[in-house]
Amino acid sequence: MLADKDRIFRNIYGFHDSGLDAARRRGAWDGTKYFIDKGHDWIINEVKGSGLRGRGGAGFPTGLKWSFMPKNDPRPSYLIVNADESEPGSCKDREILRNDPQVLIEGMLLASFAMRAHTCFIYFRGEYIRERERFQRSVDEAYAARLIGKNNIHGWDLDIVVHHGAGAYICGEETAMIESIEGKKGQPRLKPPFPAGCGLYGAPTTVNNVESIAVVGEILRRGGGWFSALGKPNNTGTKLFQISGHVNNPCVVEEEMGIPLRELIERHCGGVRGGWDNLLAVIPGGSSVPCITADVCQDITMDFDALSKAKSGLGTAAVIVMDKSTDIIKAISRISYFYKHESCGQCTPCREGCGWMWRVMERMVKGEARKSEIDMLWDVSKQVEGHTICALGDAAAWPVQGLIRNFRNVMEQRIEDYAKAHAEAAE
Amino acid sequence: MPKKLIIDGVEIEVADGTTLLQACEMAGSEIPRFCYHERLSIAGNCRMCLVEVVGAPKPVASCAQTVNELRPNPDGSPNVVFTKSPTVKKARQGVMEFLLINHPLDCPICDQGGECDLQDQAVAFGVGGSRYHENKRAVEDKYIGPLIKTTMTRCIHCTRCVRYMTEVAGVEELGLAGRGEDAEITTYLEKGILSEMSANAVDLCPVGALTHRPWAHNARPWEMRKTETIDAMDAVGCNIRVDTRGREVMRILPRNNDSVNEEWISDKARHVVDGLKTQRLDQPYVRKDGRLVPATWDEALAVVADRLKNTARERIGALAGDLCGAEEMFALKDLLGGLGVVNMDCRAPHEALDPALSRASYIFNPTIEGIDEADAILLIGTNPRIEAPVLNARIRHRWRQGGLEVGVIGQAADLGYPYVHVGDGPDSIAQLIGKGAATAARPMIIVGQGAFAREDAAAVLASIAKAAQSLGVVKDGWNGLAILHTAAARVAGLDLGFVPGAGGKATAAIAAGGVDVIYNLGADEFDIAPGPFVIYQGTHGDRGAHRADVILPGAAYTEKSATYCNTEGRAQVSARAAFPPGEAKEDWTVLRALSARLGRPLAYDTLGDLRTQMYRAVPHLARVDAIQPGDGAQALSALAARGGSVTAAAFQAVIADFYLTNPVARASAVMAELSALRHAAGRNRVAAAAE
Repeated sequence: MLADKDRIFRNIYGFHDSGLDAARRRGAWDGTKYFIDKGHDWIINEVKGSGLRGRGGAGFPTGLKWSFMPKNDPRPSYLIVNADESEPGSCKDREILRNDPQVLIEGMLLASFAMRAHTCFIYFRGEYIRERERFQRSVDEAYAARLIGKNNIHGWDLDIVVHHGAGAYICGEETAMIESIEGKKGQPRLKPPFPAGCGLYGAPTTVNNVESIAVVGEILRRGGGWFSALGKPNNTGTKLFQISGHVNNPCVVEEEMGIPLRELIERHCGGVRGGWDNLLAVIPGGSSVPCITADVCQDITMDFDALSKAKSGLGTAAVIVMDKSTDIIKAISRISYFYKHESCGQCTPCREGCGWMWRVMERMVKGEARKSEIDMLWDVSKQVEGHTICALGDAAAWPVQGLIRNFRNVMEQRIEDYAKAHAEAAE
Repeated sequence: MPKKLIIDGVEIEVADGTTLLQACEMAGSEIPRFCYHERLSIAGNCRMCLVEVVGAPKPVASCAQTVNELRPNPDGSPNVVFTKSPTVKKARQGVMEFLLINHPLDCPICDQGGECDLQDQAVAFGVGGSRYHENKRAVEDKYIGPLIKTTMTRCIHCTRCVRYMTEVAGVEELGLAGRGEDAEITTYLEKGILSEMSANAVDLCPVGALTHRPWAHNARPWEMRKTETIDAMDAVGCNIRVDTRGREVMRILPRNNDSVNEEWISDKARHVVDGLKTQRLDQPYVRKDGRLVPATWDEALAVVADRLKNTARERIGALAGDLCGAEEMFALKDLLGGLGVVNMDCRAPHEALDPALSRASYIFNPTIEGIDEADAILLIGTNPRIEAPVLNARIRHRWRQGGLEVGVIGQAADLGYPYVHVGDGPDSIAQLIGKGAATAARPMIIVGQGAFAREDAAAVLASIAKAAQSLGVVKDGWNGLAILHTAAARVAGLDLGFVPGAGGKATAAIAAGGVDVIYNLGADEFDIAPGPFVIYQGTHGDRGAHRADVILPGAAYTEKSATYCNTEGRAQVSARAAFPPGEAKEDWTVLRALSARLGRPLAYDTLGDLRTQMYRAVPHLARVDAIQPGDGAQALSALAARGGSVTAAAFQAVIADFYLTNPVARASAVMAELSALRHAAGRNRVAAAAE
């Protein structure tokens, strides 16, 4: 269990004041100027050394990503902070934005400096209206204290632009977010070129998750070595876990990477509703990752590598717990509906495939299908996966694949029951 | 740096920036595609062009990936690409299945049937059946104007139409609204698209979502005979294909010619088809007691011959119209020249173009392809969007690439790209003289009819020539003086010297009644004063025919093989796609028959013989698809040497209504509808600019 002294987010529960002075008393903005004086590369190296992997879901090493930014480019560089937290189950960024905004703003300054950006955008999820207002106040506070802005006390000019989205899940995809900030329809761009080469307004751009940026200040203060000593090799540091669903006490909690799932649930959430044995399945990383069964949950650890070995993923560490009262087929079908609804419609497999999968899933819920259609559904999900412009196609395919892989027997049973119930009527 | 690739076992070296799709085509591997189009930006959304690159984790959309962006192999060996592997086959089948699940498969009632990319590629790359048993999506049809019929349920969301409208046509009126499977192509406001080139979007549509409304359900592509020929609606000389069934022209489609029209044509060139069938002159008429009554060829030719014989040669005049081929102008000049007639003109009133001043003084010297190289363009007295929409699209294309400055002297109209409005009239040209050479490396001055359809035309041209000299528009390897004509016949007419001979009268004097007999070869754009006896040889019951005393029915541009020189001076030969209606004849044969009546038969009995003689007179007409350049510097000094004083009057538009510029267009119900819509929308740009 993570010791209190190792917590990065000291106000994640919102028990304390989120204002600048209070945040400073908790350690934010301490020594920032010193880190900036150490130079761009020092920061990038320190972040690289910390082993920090992107907290938005894909888990790409953050320091490495930063090092892709060109060093001597006549174009301006941009940092975009992705606060379009829309993945069902995910709610960690919201708590940072609400309760620890100064930690994030400090991270934005440090990361922008590391990538030689003088403008940093933060893109808010459309539904985060109060959060945006509150965050804007925090930004204003930081401007007033000359922590950011032109001629600030840190010696690196930085403007923070708070941009409010309109509530489209797809705008959380980095290139769709860039399009959206440019005032266009939020549709992912083709990659390559990657944003680091040609991003916002055609300039080098890096898009990072809120949590990835918010931890930077503390990593520098305590050193990359401290961060990398936490967690497991290649899965270092602390992480905000968000546990929702059938637990007694759903919560957002900062924990060490690689904490066993069972410990996470039992220690922080008061256990599964009706006891551990009542557990049916867990979606460990937000709606887009495949579910894992109770057996696997028994001793799985919560980190990128262990979960991907279990054919699932850490994603944003949004743990959705489902007990045995859950109709797992219906649950996955609802997720399919979400992806059908949020597909941008640009490329064929996702546009057509998401609707197809959802419609078949709806029949599967009732059992109104043939068993061979389970294989067909699998096949369709494979036809979507990996054939699309962005990862939404994959995100739509994985939950269905997880269901078929783990709960095929339930699906077949449902089909048999339906056939039995309707056999008489057919005569 | 050229890059080596191995595509399906074929080793190939391609240039930097080549896309994988292009490289595959070069290596002889066909790549199916829907959204990709050479002349549009890359969308990469249909996912049909997926190929397998060894080492890449997933199939790669080949249209969007340049060969430089491929990850190099660790050992430095060339990237290996497969386009026929099982992975690729599976991926394509998957995409094809997805495209078809919500496609209505109503091919038997779809106009695209037989020339449908989806049909063809489903056969080539798809699977036999479908596993989709849910309800298909249905999409409401949209109204996007009288030319484009929509059946949006068939749409596969490739966005070619959106990209065409935005990028080429320059009207941002079409878009993909909505999300996911609810995404729809729409104008949103359901207004007709206000573009002179909108119908090209239909050609680009790979399925039957957009079809041509005027031809809806008329014919199947395999029933029609296809004739490759030349358009005569404007002076660009767009390459077209005329599809006929039996005697009837069913439709007109563009043909690719990178030097002229790429693969676009204007809506007028395409949808003028019904004008070829209505208001046609299909037999000779002779005016008796004030009324035109039907006559036989014998009677009509007798009347004409009688008139010509009994009129003094200086009292005879000849006019040639906008749609004439070179052959009939040559024959008419030959015929009347034999009678000693010098009053002849192929130019509209007040034209100051003179073939004696070198060819460079009346053609689009830098060529249409040269627009791609220009870095500064000054438009004088012209609205190319209306006078030559395809050429205007080329300017817009050049502008989109960046580094092009455009200035306008004349009416400030919406051209589809930004420009600096330098001034309204000749004063602004005078200001340019003596300002020193232009900073642009390849400056271009495009002079439209608006600059010389006026009394002081020669003086205006002199002033333009002086400005061009001063700006250095003509230099080594570059002649930037471009005359933009609006009539398909004009350049060939000037080449043939169909202009007044020594002491001869020009168009204005002839039309004002300065002669007793006028031989009018299809000139319909101006009035002829009462008085002279008018022989009209043409195709439609238009202005010229109404004023005529004898009507000799001729052949329209689709009904004869004729030579046209476009505004660049490029000789192009059209082909006969259909026969003239009724008793109408090909025009040169009418003149040949008349010459026999006059007792001085022309020295040719076949079109071949005629052409031999015509080529002898004007050799460059024989060099089809080539441009005979003129001496630019000489042309400028000759133009500049002509005097006269310039009036301050602003340049006026020469085309009041894009859709009604010639007899064929005026006979077309489709053109009339478009014209009415444009007026009703209050968006007639010429009118708006004039206010």
